[in-house]
Amino acid sequence: MSRAPLSTACAALLRRDLTLAWRRRGDIVMPVLYALIVITLFPFALGPEDALLQRIAGGAVLVTMLLAMLLALDAMFRSDIDDGSLEQLILSPQPLALMLGMKILAHWITTALPLIVIAPLLAGMLHLPTAVMPVLVYALLLSTPLLSLLGAVLVALTAGSRRSGMLLALMLLPLCVPVVIFAAGAVAAAQQGLPWLAPIAWLGAALVMALVLAPLACAAALRIALDA
Amino acid sequence: MANWIPLWVHKLSSPPNFYRFAGTLRPWALAIALILGAIALYGGLVLAPADYQQGDAYRIIFIHVPCAWMSLFVYGVMAVASFISLVWRIKLADVVAMESAPIGAAFTFITLVTGSLWGKPMWGTWWTWDARLTSELVLLFLYLGVIGLYHSFEDRRQGARAAAFLAIIGIINVPIVHFSVNWWNTLHQGSTVRILGPSRISSAMLWPLLTMMAATKFYYIASLFGRVRTDLLAMESGKDWVRQIAETEGRR
Amino acid sequence: MSSFFAMGGYAMYVWPAYAVFFFVLVADYINPWVRRRRHLRELRARLARQAARQQRNPSAP
Repeated sequence: MSRAPLSTACAALLRRDLTLAWRRRGDIVMPVLYALIVITLFPFALGPEDALLQRIAGGAVLVTMLLAMLLALDAMFRSDIDDGSLEQLILSPQPLALMLGMKILAHWITTALPLIVIAPLLAGMLHLPTAVMPVLVYALLLSTPLLSLLGAVLVALTAGSRRSGMLLALMLLPLCVPVVIFAAGAVAAAQQGLPWLAPIAWLGAALVMALVLAPLACAAALRIALDA
Repeated sequence: MANWIPLWVHKLSSPPNFYRFAGTLRPWALAIALILGAIALYGGLVLAPADYQQGDAYRIIFIHVPCAWMSLFVYGVMAVASFISLVWRIKLADVVAMESAPIGAAFTFITLVTGSLWGKPMWGTWWTWDARLTSELVLLFLYLGVIGLYHSFEDRRQGARAAAFLAIIGIINVPIVHFSVNWWNTLHQGSTVRILGPSRISSAMLWPLLTMMAATKFYYIASLFGRVRTDLLAMESGKDWVRQIAETEGRR
Repeated sequence: MSSFFAMGGYAMYVWPAYAVFFFVLVADYINPWVRRRRHLRELRARLARQAARQQRNPSAP
């Protein structure tokens, strides 16, 4: 069997994962609904006073996004582990890191993109000023892939174990603290009229590094977790 | 001369040899820890004068700072042992890494609690989100994550390797968290950046502090050796040397 | 002596701090010892069961 060109393999894997996700369209909606419900909890918990909600809007939306992605992360590799296709992927001649990068991309497209689309709506529900919305979207566009990439490494680590969602949260959240700090910091700076480009730039730099390193770490983690 | 070093170390990494080695050293390490600790406590609680700003409350420093240092030091040891375990597949490195985690978590917990108890009379608050305290809290979560991941695997060796990987990822995170919380504190003008501890420390306060730092190091060795011995017994329970130990203990 | 325990009025902060230090480290030190005794006890029980099984069927592995 001749080895397929790399771009074909990547495109094929991406198409496969997107098709599979599309077949379970209902699952794409779940994180969105979850984020919606959590955001509506904040006014109930804190009171409807506009000024207060406006102050917490950016942070609340970011934390909600993080939690929604956390819930969806668990499913990234599970179905492929269950039916054995992930092991086939590991054994295939294609570089595993690149293949996993494609899977992470597919997962981000189906999980994070819908969330980013409704993020302005969620932020508006908490009275985030309209001028700040673009900054929120930029922050999300940079931080959600970071979360997907970091999360993928950790999901790969737990691939062979009796997994609990709580354990994944415990492992992921400390690693996400810097991402949350910079993303929320950008939104807060924009809200105060301060320059917000620096934290966005930091996020961008971190994303570039994660794009290169995370798939490699993910491949190593999978090999550790699956080959006993 | 270079020849005998690897052989001695190599022999040590065999479980029954290390079991004996650790068993011999452990009581000594504990004795030194207790003696140094007693000296440090006497120096800190009795001999050192009260601080003119903080009164007697500053005496928490004699346990807070050594435990904070140990929480970072143990994580470093854990990360190095994890690296050795992943790269060279040495069983003993696995065990050292995994058994360091609870000790490190204990030190981190003590650091957070004693820091909080020190903060209340000094700054009027049990907690503040400055870089050091927040990084320490994240460090505790990292330890708990490593412990949790290790125990979630049925196969202990596989669990150790996965947790070792997580430990290495985590250590990269600690300076990043510290840096980002520092940045975050400068952004949010409300919180002030605090400097822990007296700014200039007199020698009467310094030597108990350093003595306690040494004492906690020896304690770490003593505790680690105890844990590693127990873990080796559990891991090698099918082997003869473990069987003999079990029978000897049973007859006693 | 009582002024030592009073710690200049900060006793309710200093002594709990030291107490936490001691208790956590003692718990950390004892934990492996407890586990070790349990391991060895279970190992002896397992060996006894194996020996009993050997006695009953000498040919069985």
